[in-house]
Amino acid sequence: MYTNRFSTFLSFVRKECYHIFRDRWTTIILLIMPVLMIILFGFAISTEVKNAHIVVLDPSQDAATHAIVNKLATSEYFTIDRYVYDLKEIDALFKKDKIGMCIVFSERFYENMMHSGDAHIQLIADGSDPNYAYTLTQYATALISTYQQENLFQNIKLPYQIQTDIKMLYNPTLKGAYNTVPGVLGMVLMLICAMMTSISIAREKEMGNMEILLVSPLKPITIILSKTVPYIILSFINFATILLLSVFALKVPIAGSLGLIILISCIFIFVSLALGLLISTLVNTQMVAMLISGVVLMFPVILLSGMIFPVESMGVFFQWLAKILPANWYIAAIRKVMIQGLGITSVVKEIIVLLSMAVVLIAVSIKKFKVRIE
Amino acid sequence: MIKVEHIAKKYGKVEALQDISFEVEAGEIYGIIGPDGAGKTTLFRILTTLILADKGNACLNGWDVRKDYRLIRNNIGYMPGRFSLYQDLSVEENLQFFASIFKTRIETNYHLIKDIYQQLAPFKKRRAGALSGGMKQKLALCCALIHKPLILFLDEPTTGVDPVSRKELWDLLKQLKAEGITLVVSTSYMDEAGRCDRIALMLKGHFLSVDTPQNIVNHYTDDLWAVSSCNMSKLLTDLKNYPAMKSCYAFGDVHHISLQQQATAYTTSQQALQTYLENLHHNELSIRKIEASIEDCFMELAARSSLENKKPKQYV
Amino acid sequence: MYKETHTHEEHLSIVAQGLTKRFGSFTAVDNISFNVKKGEIFGFLGANGAGKTTAMKMLCGLSKPTSGNATVAGFDVSTQSEQIKKNIGYMSQKFALYEDLKVWENMRLYAGIYGLNDNEIKSRTDEILQQLDFQNERNTLVKALPLGWKQKLAFSISIIHQPDIVFLDEPTGGVDPAARRQFWELIYQTADKGITVTRTTHYMDEAEYCNRICILVDGKIVALDSPKQLKETYSAQNIDEVFRLLARKAIRNQ
Repeated sequence: MYTNRFSTFLSFVRKECYHIFRDRWTTIILLIMPVLMIILFGFAISTEVKNAHIVVLDPSQDAATHAIVNKLATSEYFTIDRYVYDLKEIDALFKKDKIGMCIVFSERFYENMMHSGDAHIQLIADGSDPNYAYTLTQYATALISTYQQENLFQNIKLPYQIQTDIKMLYNPTLKGAYNTVPGVLGMVLMLICAMMTSISIAREKEMGNMEILLVSPLKPITIILSKTVPYIILSFINFATILLLSVFALKVPIAGSLGLIILISCIFIFVSLALGLLISTLVNTQMVAMLISGVVLMFPVILLSGMIFPVESMGVFFQWLAKILPANWYIAAIRKVMIQGLGITSVVKEIIVLLSMAVVLIAVSIKKFKVRIE
Repeated sequence: MIKVEHIAKKYGKVEALQDISFEVEAGEIYGIIGPDGAGKTTLFRILTTLILADKGNACLNGWDVRKDYRLIRNNIGYMPGRFSLYQDLSVEENLQFFASIFKTRIETNYHLIKDIYQQLAPFKKRRAGALSGGMKQKLALCCALIHKPLILFLDEPTTGVDPVSRKELWDLLKQLKAEGITLVVSTSYMDEAGRCDRIALMLKGHFLSVDTPQNIVNHYTDDLWAVSSCNMSKLLTDLKNYPAMKSCYAFGDVHHISLQQQATAYTTSQQALQTYLENLHHNELSIRKIEASIEDCFMELAARSSLENKKPKQYV
Repeated sequence: MYKETHTHEEHLSIVAQGLTKRFGSFTAVDNISFNVKKGEIFGFLGANGAGKTTAMKMLCGLSKPTSGNATVAGFDVSTQSEQIKKNIGYMSQKFALYEDLKVWENMRLYAGIYGLNDNEIKSRTDEILQQLDFQNERNTLVKALPLGWKQKLAFSISIIHQPDIVFLDEPTGGVDPAARRQFWELIYQTADKGITVTRTTHYMDEAEYCNRICILVDGKIVALDSPKQLKETYSAQNIDEVFRLLARKAIRNQ
């Protein structure tokens, strides 16, 4: 009897695989999508900055300002476009769209830095492209703070502090890809597990197959399991593809433990599957399933995971919203382990949050899975 | 085998089923005949445990549709009205899949499906979606039969199927009856009534009548006439204007009519009608008395039931 | 040349001669010839895949014949498909009514598509509503109508521009018997006004209502006559029997 049930399960899984692989476009999209996403986010939509033109307004013209300007100019990110002598000129330059940022030193900079602590640097960037502006100012801040640290060793203590972004510490070369890989992982796993599972169950309903399946000896749990197994396998294939691509194509090394990454990913896969099941119990057509998983799951992940737009610059509401998205916890954990090379103790919180989400969602979706069609 | 007591079901304000009760004997072909929207599919879904009734009970082989739905699902076959096999799976793969979910093999009950399967065999590698309407229904029937169910529910199995395949499907159902399977079949084709042992005529959520097809025809009370002439459209208008007309409607290449005075002798009324129509210049006139068909009975019963329904409203 | 045949062809709505359609090596419609008179109710019968829909598509100017020719309402199907489309009505299997529009909105929409002006739209709408006894349903959403009513509405809308010919494709079954009668009465009335009605169907009892029917088997016409005559010729009880006798010879099963 037990083996019999298992063979039922296997033939169901086989049927599910036929569905996936007979539709050429589904196959292509499912297998190629992660590759495309890595390429897209890793290379094309790179938030990396190279040779941004900047202008300098330096009324002080002393050792400190020269050193800082020199530091910026010698970095690969900035090119000094020109020196200006009046703030009014800047406006025109920005309007001509020639420059990305302007660096303004206060007067008697060195003197003030050493004595009164009243040395100011103002970074002016074009806010119409907030993302780019944000990146530029982040880079400049990082470089200024490097200068400050170098001075720290030669000199006595410096009275002023420049805030540095913590991400820079672990991403010293400021590579965009470091941000991208965990994000793409989160997105692809979510897409395959949640979206595809919900669509495939909605399809059974839409085509009327569900009626026959329900009026058969199959238990709901068998239906659920056999519908999800193919997508679990697919997720692992995609997971491996992404990791390989990121190591070999994007040159992002895996700093932490691979085992831990796999463990966290497994938990996340369960969360996504449960979400997919939940959606499929609520809807009756593939179209709605796709819209819901797209709008409710994918967009927030893309927008709020910090992949493209920095969450720090969003309103409180969105920061809260970002916190309830499973993908964000996953992405945060993967960032810590894969990029920063941290151990399990640093991701306990993320793991606990993801685990409890998984338990709750699976429980709810199994309970909600109807044995009837009302 | 099936016992239904006072089943009712509402969807919002629409009463899909109103107080339905009936019984189906073991081994009979029970036909539920009515147009779209009569409530046939809702009734089937309640009996196959897919939805719950608001009121009433139903038992299949002694099992309650509410409580014992697992047992029922293990022992019945259901072929929904919509083609619900996997279009992207081949004929063979569909059959194998359904065999496995019913925990059986194609070979086990092969004798049941042999006749149909032999017709399907040349296309067994073809995707189900590419089959013709008739072939699709045959495949669906195979899949519903694969575990030799006690009771087989077929919701409009012949809809969209050409006449040749329709006849073949009904011949197959007769064979299944011989195998001892109880069959409940719904259809909107009145002319298929004769294929059933007993039929229930259904309209707007209730049964108009339940009986053998022959008895239903026998209970048709009026004299029915078939009238034809060379101008059928004008004939219809003229017939409707005939003073003693009780009912009059087109029926294929003739018009079926019944007259008001039942007491009038056969010849007199036919003669009177003939004269009336001849005066209106109808050529090739033919008037003959005929036996009612199920469709005639259905219309008469429907008209009577709508009258009965209207009466109380007028007095309230 | 044209003038000579003019008087003869004036009362013919459809003239088809050797109409053939091939898809690769597959001949969907094989050399069919027939005439349909003005105001006639003409039925195309056939099993699934017998070529009914392909034949209909050619007559509507949607598909060019591989060989042979046909005129519909006096226009050539191969070269004048635009004029044909203006002069025919078409009602599809699934009634092209918009379920979330009201009855009159559907009417206005289709009347607009066929280029009727505001006055015409108004008078046609009132006329149709009166004919169908639908005055109270003017503002009802189409999805709230029973199937039989939708069918009548869809038909009336397909002739809202008063075409010469209306094509009805594979009517859905399952309409209740009384509503079905009303639908046929509507068709009779339409034909009385001189509009030719051509319908394809695989419901044989529907075919009995037509003036003449033509039975297609494997893309060829195997019988063309009035239902009465066909039943006599094949000494059959009904068209269903006639059809089964003829279709048995079909080679093309699928």
